Amino acid sequence: MAVTRASDFRPGDQIVLVGTMKGAFVFRGRGAGYRLVGGPRFPGQPVYALAYDDRGGRERLFAGTEHPHFGSVLRTSDDLGRTWSEASEPNLKFPADTDLALKQIWQIAPGRADEPDVLYCGVNPSSLFESRDGGSSFLLVRSLHDHPHRPKWTPGGGGMCLHTILPHPSDKRTMLVAMSTGGVYRTTDGGMSWQASNTGIRAEFLPDKHPEFGQCVHKVVHHPARPQRYFLQNHWGLYKSDDGGASWKDIANGVPSDFGFAMASHPHDPDTVYIVPLQSDEFRCTPEARLRVYRTRDAGASWKPLTKGLPQKDAWETVLRDAFTTDAADPAGIYFGTRSGKLFASGNDGGSWDCLAEGLPPVTCVRAAVVRGGARPAARTRPSAPRSRASRPRARGSR
Amino acid sequence: MRVTVRIPGPLRPFCDGRSQLVVEAATTVAAAIGQLPAGARERILDEQGNVRRHVNVFVGATDIRETGGLATPLADGASVFVIPAVSGGRLQPA
Repeated sequence: MAVTRASDFRPGDQIVLVGTMKGAFVFRGRGAGYRLVGGPRFPGQPVYALAYDDRGGRERLFAGTEHPHFGSVLRTSDDLGRTWSEASEPNLKFPADTDLALKQIWQIAPGRADEPDVLYCGVNPSSLFESRDGGSSFLLVRSLHDHPHRPKWTPGGGGMCLHTILPHPSDKRTMLVAMSTGGVYRTTDGGMSWQASNTGIRAEFLPDKHPEFGQCVHKVVHHPARPQRYFLQNHWGLYKSDDGGASWKDIANGVPSDFGFAMASHPHDPDTVYIVPLQSDEFRCTPEARLRVYRTRDAGASWKPLTKGLPQKDAWETVLRDAFTTDAADPAGIYFGTRSGKLFASGNDGGSWDCLAEGLPPVTCVRAAVVRGGARPAARTRPSAPRSRASRPRARGSR
Repeated sequence: MRVTVRIPGPLRPFCDGRSQLVVEAATTVAAAIGQLPAGARERILDEQGNVRRHVNVFVGATDIRETGGLATPLADGASVFVIPAVSGGRLQPA
């Protein structure tokens, strides 16, 4: 039943990968508009994580898919989503002695630019896996798995997931990961050891509001040009660290709520970050039924709402932690998807937004990139829902 | 001793497209499933060897959860059915 459309990409096109609770979709951005060119891939299967990787001379997509009956696997595509691998055997597996079984892949993170065969996956139950062969095989990162805090990590609403993986862009000894719950952990010795790194981050749901660990961190982002600076969206709390994650300061200055999930860094400006505040943990919808993206351009000193093109009435929307992303185009493409199945894009840093699609299944993750090579067209078959506003002009170029 | 294992549609690509496999010398359900190709076996069982939560395994008409799980003994000629839980149906042609 999978619907296939032409997925021809040319160098310089933008590719937007959309993971949903019922499969993955591929959009192509070219010239004046975006077009749905593939999907649903893996129909019926939740896709919590997607990635684009152009290191090492290849152009590869990754997808973490969860078959509702037969488990989770990591799939790859080397033709920009036209065809995908079907792992002969599940390729992320917990060793027998752990007594754990993989539930979902929550994050796929390519390693550093000069390590093109290194790939990381964060999973539920909270663990980090590492591949050194480009994603063909993975090993559990034992040093984190064996951390003495592990027995006290507990599941959040989405399960017990390790959802953020941020290798330092140049220092191979340093990496930051985050999980819900558990919080932020860092290594500065190449993964030999991991330290909880949550100083300053609140845990509203615990008797001790500032424990060493146990925070429900929802997302952390950074910019490669400022590797010592991180921004963090917490389960109640918006934070910044300027010391590599050693300590965190509250930066919820002028937002309607400091609760939320989604967070993304601007690809060209390390001082610019986007979030989508939600009303509360009990009512995880946009405040006042208005879909507002908030942007800081001064590293969290102030935040301004971005609303042009976004529904400002009867919009009880939710944007999940990995459903907001950017690409490296100039001007950059800014994208996010909602649990109600809408996909929005901006080509002027959020100044205005276009709705690229509605009627998608609930959006779990969005990833985007500028295509380097391209792929030939696939055979066309009859398209069907979801509805796509394929030719709608986009904001790109109108800044 | 021969046992037939019925393969659900989604797992047939991992069994050369076959809808059933005959396995020899399988005195328990675990032994029968253990002889399936790895791609099918590891989608029925998780990495700890447990039947996945939303997969049901029957011997004849009986769910193995009622008869000892994977240790359920098999008689010669038994049929083992692997069935995705509460699923089925298909889109009707337009």
